[in-house]
Amino acid sequence: MSEKVLLKGGRVVDPSRSIDGTHDVLLAGGVVARVAPSIDAPEGARVVECAGQVVCPGLIDVHVHLREPGEEHKETIATGAAAAAAGGFTSICAMPNTDPPIDDPAAVGFVAAEGRAARLARVYPVGCISVGRAGERLALVGEMVDEGAVAITDDGSPVMDSGLMRLALEYSQAFGIPVADHPEDLGLSARGHMNEGIVSARLGLAGKPNASEDIHIVRDLLLAELTGGHIHLQHVSTRFGVEAIRQAKARGVRVTAEASPHHLVLTHEEVDGYRTEAKMNPPLRAAEDVAAVRAGVADGTLDTIATDHAPHHYDEKEAAFADAPNGIVGLETALGVVLTRVVGEGVIDLPTMIERMSCQPARAFGLPGGTLADGAPADVTVFDPEARWTVDPKAFRSKSRNTPFAGWELTGRPTHTIVGGRIVWSA
Amino acid sequence: MSEAASPLGKDLVGLEGLGGDRIRMILDTAEPFKEISERRIKKVPVLRGKTIVNLFFEASTRTRVSFEFAEKRLSADTVNISSTGSSVAKGETLVDTARNLEAMRIDMVVMRHGSSGAARFLAERIPSSVVNAGDGWHEHPTQGLLDLLTIRDHAGGIEGLKVCIVGDILHSRVARSNIYGLRALGAEVAVCGPRTLMPPVPEELGCVVFSRLEEAIEWADVLNVLRLQLERMEAGYVPSLREYNRIWGVSTKRLEAAPKDLLVLHPGPMNRGVEIDSDVADGEHSVILNQVTNGVAVRMAVLYLLAGGQPEKAEAAKQGGES
Repeated sequence: MSEKVLLKGGRVVDPSRSIDGTHDVLLAGGVVARVAPSIDAPEGARVVECAGQVVCPGLIDVHVHLREPGEEHKETIATGAAAAAAGGFTSICAMPNTDPPIDDPAAVGFVAAEGRAARLARVYPVGCISVGRAGERLALVGEMVDEGAVAITDDGSPVMDSGLMRLALEYSQAFGIPVADHPEDLGLSARGHMNEGIVSARLGLAGKPNASEDIHIVRDLLLAELTGGHIHLQHVSTRFGVEAIRQAKARGVRVTAEASPHHLVLTHEEVDGYRTEAKMNPPLRAAEDVAAVRAGVADGTLDTIATDHAPHHYDEKEAAFADAPNGIVGLETALGVVLTRVVGEGVIDLPTMIERMSCQPARAFGLPGGTLADGAPADVTVFDPEARWTVDPKAFRSKSRNTPFAGWELTGRPTHTIVGGRIVWSA
Repeated sequence: MSEAASPLGKDLVGLEGLGGDRIRMILDTAEPFKEISERRIKKVPVLRGKTIVNLFFEASTRTRVSFEFAEKRLSADTVNISSTGSSVAKGETLVDTARNLEAMRIDMVVMRHGSSGAARFLAERIPSSVVNAGDGWHEHPTQGLLDLLTIRDHAGGIEGLKVCIVGDILHSRVARSNIYGLRALGAEVAVCGPRTLMPPVPEELGCVVFSRLEEAIEWADVLNVLRLQLERMEAGYVPSLREYNRIWGVSTKRLEAAPKDLLVLHPGPMNRGVEIDSDVADGEHSVILNQVTNGVAVRMAVLYLLAGGQPEKAEAAKQGGES
């Protein structure tokens, strides 16, 4: 931990301090010691040549499913943390929809301890909003925070009872944590398997209309406004949803919101041929929605990019579309997909990408990191923005391979992932 | 029969994208096969030595029996598997079922399954030919073909004809196969029914949309009336069967108000007094039993073509003239 690392000659991009230029970065004692145009290597320091590479605050993914406890055949906390490190992420937030769910302090402590034991990316537990994710009674929010929970959510399912969501937004304020919601009105969507539209009409699959997501986005915004609580809207995928959040932010509502890489680059046309690797919730939507999500990420309405990494065993995805589970893995493709198809197509610039994938997620969830300020945790991602590679799911560190990006040619991939001053992954 | 490449490709999963030429080829090939069912000895050696599995994950009488007659009259060896009592009910996955059948060296699978896309799923994973006998709400291509053949028989052609499909379009594989097939042959297609039972954006499927049956009847040359499944009422898509019959039920009174004589089809089984009144079903407009007869001939044609039979040789193959 006390090893010194000198990152030499990279393009240092730290939006938290408006730095974008060629600098050296010295890490010592587990923290950032100094960022300066030129630093001489101290005695015994490990020097990493970073010319041509980008050096930035470690990437943070506030939305991953690690499946442990209960579904260790899909992923474990350790394999998820390894996938994160290989994807350039130094911190991840583990969703609580496990079996049993993470709805009490002991379970939160288990996730935190397993994460520490993996010694890879930092793993932050997220606790349930409701006991057993049943949507009825508040879970032990305060005690879960004491054990390390950084947010609460019933993700995977929405909180259907608006009264319970109000209580969560009120009660959570004592602990300074966001309430993260998977916005979906099940009355409109429970039977659906994909976006409702021309593709679902052609394929004969039940659809989930945009309105099923929009209604809960608007509800959550109204409840955040009513209570003064912090709502974090997960994986926003609709044009109306983006606009509603934009207006709420203008009114000063405490809202943060995510976009997933797949909702930035894929439409419901991907489902054609009943491709189960294009099945997730919320579903891939129409081109107009993708354009709106892109515009939302560009203007900061959607302030965070998060993968919704959702591993499933290949047997489960090898099924008729309606029988396959929702979700795709994302940790090991996110940086490449966003660099190639979002930054590369001029939607946002590189510093904005780092803002959305590191600085802002740290602020939204109150996590250490997201900055290379002196004394900050030495969590750093180094990536080669020009490296060309082809996505090969067989090479994933994740236990699962369910990705719609297999075979994609991407430009940009991490070369070093550094957590607490320790290089936990290098290409 | 020689082992030539099938002029249809390996499988028949749906009519979408099949194209007018291949659809016409199937209908033309069905013509000579019609006669077999009229013989005293209803058997020809066209598919002798071929093994066909009828794999039905959903209850079906009409379609399964129709396929079985088609197979047997062509001398294929057939096995029927239904979901009750099979290993499917014991949790075996579709892909494992498929691999096990394949390991027994079969030539074709005729499958009915409750999930849209199941037929394509199977077709992509096994080398045998797959015939979709209905997958979820997606397609039921042989039903679409037998509807086309029946319309062609009675109207003399399909191009330019106005065909309205009436009823539960949303949940109907028959509706989708009809829409794709009719449009490929140049018909104008409309859908009519309560908005709760329409797919999203039916216009984008190329359909004219009528919410009232009177308007549809005014417009159409042909009505294809779909079964209203009772569970749709239970799920609240329509408030009552009586009301459905009053507003969307096809009655003699309504047909008499039409500017021309309409042809009425129904894929069966019928709910008499709900989507169709008995005097229509049994009356002069109805070609419902012709559909059933044509179903066997169309399925013979599909099986023959998928097995590598050439359309121009169907007549000779039927006589046993080709080995």
